[in-house]
Amino acid sequence: MLKWLDNSGKERDIVISSRIRLARNLKNYKFPTKLKKEEAQKILEDVKNSMINGKSNVTEDYTFFKMKDIPVIERNVLIEKHLISPALTEKTETGGVILSNDEKVSILINEEDHVRIQKLGSGLCLDKCWESSSNIDDVLEQNLNYAFDERIGYITSCPTNIGTGMRASVMMHLPALSLTNQAEKILLAASQLGVAVRGVYGEGTKSMGNLYQISNQGTLGLSEEKIIDKINKITMQIVEKERSIRESLMTNQKIALEDKVLRSYGILNSAKVISTQEAMKLISNVKLGIELGIIEGINSNELDILITEIQPYSIQYITREELAQKARDIKRAEIIKNKLSNK
Amino acid sequence: MLCNECGKNKATVHVTKIINGQKTETHLCEECAKKYSTFNPSFSMESFFAGLLNDAFGTDMLEGIGCNSCGMTYDEFTHLGKFGCSECYDSFKNRLMPVIKNIQGYDTHTGKVPKKTGGKIKIKRDIENLRHELKSAVEKEEYENAAKLRDKIREMEKEL
Repeated sequence: MLKWLDNSGKERDIVISSRIRLARNLKNYKFPTKLKKEEAQKILEDVKNSMINGKSNVTEDYTFFKMKDIPVIERNVLIEKHLISPALTEKTETGGVILSNDEKVSILINEEDHVRIQKLGSGLCLDKCWESSSNIDDVLEQNLNYAFDERIGYITSCPTNIGTGMRASVMMHLPALSLTNQAEKILLAASQLGVAVRGVYGEGTKSMGNLYQISNQGTLGLSEEKIIDKINKITMQIVEKERSIRESLMTNQKIALEDKVLRSYGILNSAKVISTQEAMKLISNVKLGIELGIIEGINSNELDILITEIQPYSIQYITREELAQKARDIKRAEIIKNKLSNK
Repeated sequence: MLCNECGKNKATVHVTKIINGQKTETHLCEECAKKYSTFNPSFSMESFFAGLLNDAFGTDMLEGIGCNSCGMTYDEFTHLGKFGCSECYDSFKNRLMPVIKNIQGYDTHTGKVPKKTGGKIKIKRDIENLRHELKSAVEKEEYENAAKLRDKIREMEKEL
């Protein structure tokens, strides 16, 4: 279900995924807030043609969709898979997306900016994601004229994105830091270093399943490589802290930790009804157990994929029918049990 | 402690801003704090930014001024937190740049430059890179290569 999450990449025990997003706008067009419908249609066509018919040295194959042609459930599944943003799904008339068939690349059209290139990867791999999104950027630019200023760089609709237009983010699983109430402290410290901390599903969402996303706050002044270097360094600091607390928990509170992990595993294996939030919390405990060798025979990467599969719309996508919350909670328990017993 | 703003009332609102390691503390009374829209509890980057703009210039000063190209007014921008077109940056430039520097910590782009619309900055940077190559070619005594690089640099300088 999550094709791009393939267990590769560095620090995979803690870093789930990396993402680079580049914001670009076209010269001679107003920004989406002031854009006329006909102009928006023209942009959709132009961006589509530059990617799909472009002289591309990028090997993946791409498919273009207009937002209005994607059914509501599928649209939300794309959000849950981190391929598009909620803001894009609101652009029913003017929005569009180009997806690579391996789902690592998505190009959002007419969201907050005319073009947003996004590249996802498993583990800590920001450098690779930057290289590849920059290549796609070059391919698009062969046919498009970008709005760019010598002083302030790539022009974006919101001044918080100008300059590089780049947001580099890393999603991390931090159960030990959370368990010892240190996650907030560390993340607050990180935020003072110019790094934004968010929950898994973007701005304004709270953390679920001990998953945290960190990204660069500033986009102007430092080069893309320097921004990435900074995020890499901060990520490694957090990774090392998380690892050392995991170890000390294993040494000092082994029984309590094993109890927590195995009880969580027990509930996931036998529950008949379960909410998204509870499931994510318990899966987080089980993941910690796998990485510390308390539970064997389950692949942690499969559990990361499972987290997407048990989100509200993904469940309805699997069952191919609309389900109310209660019915989803029952189906969710079933999906989890199946996954765990197939291991 | 008295309010930093009016100097009359007791300061009850204390604000610490840390921007790129530079810490500033402000102590305000409730009345004066109201004037600062950055204390809005529903925090978002956009409203934070728009709030800063408000602080810097005061709303009345900008009211009614619109962008020459798309007609976006300042009020509209504070509401949306987003501009209407790339010209907005020019239209609001004098007021905007100090705020951009404040929030981004920098005011000059040093990253990637687009090939087509990057203008001369791309050529300038390419020349700079070639100069580095030339220098190392000379150091390694690769004179044939160095001569080629020198010609290339001269050729590119004509484009400036």
